[in-house]
Amino acid sequence: MAKKPEKKQVETTGHSWDGIEEYNNPLPRWWLITTYLTIIWGIGYVIAYPAIPLINGATPGVLGYSSRAEVQADIDEVNARNAPLVARVNELELAAIAGDEEVGSFAINGGRAVFQTFCSQCHGSGAAGAPGYPNLLDNDWLWGGSVEDIHETISVGIRSEANLDTRFSQMPAFGEFLSKEEIGTLAQEVSAFSGINGAESTEDGALLFADNCSSCHAVDGTGDRFQGAPNLTDAIWLYGSDMATLNETISEARFGVMPAWSGRLSESQIRQASVYIHSLGGGE
Amino acid sequence: MQHMIKAIVLGVVILAAAIATNFARDLSYQVHAVIIILVAGYLFTREIGKIGNKPVPAETGYMDGVVRAGVIATVFWGLAGFTVGVWIAFQLAYPALNLSQYTDGYLNFGRLRPLHTSAVIFAFGGNALIATSFYVVQRTSAARLFGGNLAWFVFWGYQLFIVLAATGYLLGSTQSKEYAEPEWYVDIWLTIVWVAYLVVFAGTIYKRKEPHIYVANWFYLAFILTIAMLHIINNLSVPVSIFGSKSVSLFSGVQDAMVQWWYGHNAVGFFLTAGFLGMMYYFVPKQAERPVYSYKLSIVHFWALIFLYIWAGPHHLHYTALPDWAQTLGMVMSIILWMPSWGGMINGLMTLSGAWDKLRTDPVLRIMVVSIAFYGMSTFEGPMMAIKAVNSLSHYTDWTIGHVHSGALGWNGMITFGAIYFLTPRLWGRTRLYSLKLVNYHFWLATIGIVLYASSMWVSGIMEGLMWREVDAQGFLVNTFADTVAAKYPLLVIRGVGGLFYLTGGIIMAVNVWKTIVGAGDATPKETSSAIPAE
Repeated sequence: MAKKPEKKQVETTGHSWDGIEEYNNPLPRWWLITTYLTIIWGIGYVIAYPAIPLINGATPGVLGYSSRAEVQADIDEVNARNAPLVARVNELELAAIAGDEEVGSFAINGGRAVFQTFCSQCHGSGAAGAPGYPNLLDNDWLWGGSVEDIHETISVGIRSEANLDTRFSQMPAFGEFLSKEEIGTLAQEVSAFSGINGAESTEDGALLFADNCSSCHAVDGTGDRFQGAPNLTDAIWLYGSDMATLNETISEARFGVMPAWSGRLSESQIRQASVYIHSLGGGE
Repeated sequence: MQHMIKAIVLGVVILAAAIATNFARDLSYQVHAVIIILVAGYLFTREIGKIGNKPVPAETGYMDGVVRAGVIATVFWGLAGFTVGVWIAFQLAYPALNLSQYTDGYLNFGRLRPLHTSAVIFAFGGNALIATSFYVVQRTSAARLFGGNLAWFVFWGYQLFIVLAATGYLLGSTQSKEYAEPEWYVDIWLTIVWVAYLVVFAGTIYKRKEPHIYVANWFYLAFILTIAMLHIINNLSVPVSIFGSKSVSLFSGVQDAMVQWWYGHNAVGFFLTAGFLGMMYYFVPKQAERPVYSYKLSIVHFWALIFLYIWAGPHHLHYTALPDWAQTLGMVMSIILWMPSWGGMINGLMTLSGAWDKLRTDPVLRIMVVSIAFYGMSTFEGPMMAIKAVNSLSHYTDWTIGHVHSGALGWNGMITFGAIYFLTPRLWGRTRLYSLKLVNYHFWLATIGIVLYASSMWVSGIMEGLMWREVDAQGFLVNTFADTVAAKYPLLVIRGVGGLFYLTGGIIMAVNVWKTIVGAGDATPKETSSAIPAE
């Protein structure tokens, strides 16, 4: 297109800088037309959409567009479409939701979306957890694995400062009143419950455990869900099961925290998340 | 007497830096104070040695020593910047390369990423701009650089800025403003150097012997002036202590974001576009030995570009807390900017009309033409991505990274390589480059590298954008963020390989430049161009 001017012999401007001259070709026509078209389009767009700042606010544009209204409309549309389902999720007994023909898959999909947005940062996108953050796929539950228990845990959180009803318990840091040797003996004793670290129960260890640990973890080490005291007889260890970690856990104690989600998520979202987590395989 | 005054000033600087070292509140500040002591100390002993010397008579002819230094610095920082780029590209594909357990986090992606961007934009690009502008303004004004050794101050002052910025990032001092990471005292130093640069450049134009100012110099001058304005305003901040590196920006919230992207986008517009167009307007007609296509077009697109670019920043903040009206203006101005940007492409490509056959024989010209082609492509892609509907897909994805690199590797990198190949034999008085074959290898390696880079990032970015917005029939998101990271893995590897190609081409260029400088394969060196007096 732009080759046309070249055929005519165009004059240069007459200057030469270090041997460089300049032709005085006219502006390519397609270039000029496209420039004008973009300007005309620009004027139209400025009239149609919010554009010119004034003292208080800006010209709203004849289409009355705003990005906030646009996203709100999207959200409203989805909410309106899902409103009957949400209402049904809130009506049903928690345990009945997953099996409900109408809302079962809705609750599980919605729960997955909630989980991936708010929970996966700690529990992992596959819910397999990480050191310090419980695995939600297995049968081991600190505070109970029924869908009602899960719902309660999500709602009030664990050791959450923002919720008075939060699930709370605290293991003492035994390093403050037991000697290093005693803690080592206890670590052996605890290991012996599930036969890890090649440990065997000792008389001293059994005595120390009975005196210091059994009130929460139970005499046989099976734990107590009412206090969130872990079962010590299985192979699942939240912070790790090697001797060094066990020594650290006993002497320093742990204080894992989960936020309380009631108030931040809707009741329906919490219910959906509970149903989803319950469905992952470990639910009771 | 002059040496005495300089020595006294340097002595004061050493004393102040020593005090700063003693009271330093953080490691980065302390290291920087020590660097300043060492530099000032070296200059101090040099000035002391010169006291009593007779004043050297002013030299005549073109001042090319500083341009030679600039060409070497450009090649050096280019290799450094490309290397860090390849490294962080592979860090994204293989996070173990952060080497966190060995380096205590000092070499993780977060610190190396600004090191890469600053090295390629400001060290490689900046040195290329300073060196070529000094060369071009002398030739097209038929005048020696204004201000005597001030040009050397600009060169070394700029290198010091680069060293302070780079070491600062690694030691953890940053303003967290993209492309404006250096802290307050480094910013002040750059301001001083930049004003000196403006004085040298504008002074040379002022004392020119040509009746008119050549178009390349309009672009260089626009670049120097606007960068000064952008740099000062975006870096307005209050230091927490004069003995520490941390400072607090004068702006906050969405105003801070807007000022930052007003700066950020015009760093692209004036540093990487206007400045490099100045390069294009000299080296392309020289290498092609053809007149510039249209004087009229150069005037119109220059003023249109300058007027429009300054408005386009808000397109970096689509769908954020930025008011809708500002987003609208940013988008509209970005789209109107399309044709003014293409004016430079037309003028560059059409300059070759009647000389297209040279592309077969001249790999240097080929590099320049490809650079103009990438310029045209990325200045089309930019306005397109500024459209809100497109941006809602492309924003925060690898598409942006691909766009930036097709501009940076394709346009800025290639036109710089072309200028280096043009300058090296002329500056060192060689009849020709050591090897045109190596130039050809460089051309293909760089071009293939860019294609691998840009195409993998397009695929990765669009995939990411689609995955992020994918919802099921009930309106729930389908993918997690981690899903998109996993899906990107092969594309991140391809991108790294593309970078490796580009780096290899850069190494070949360095060899070629070095061989040319030492005169390998050049039996009859001709007179250096600096010996030719100004007209």
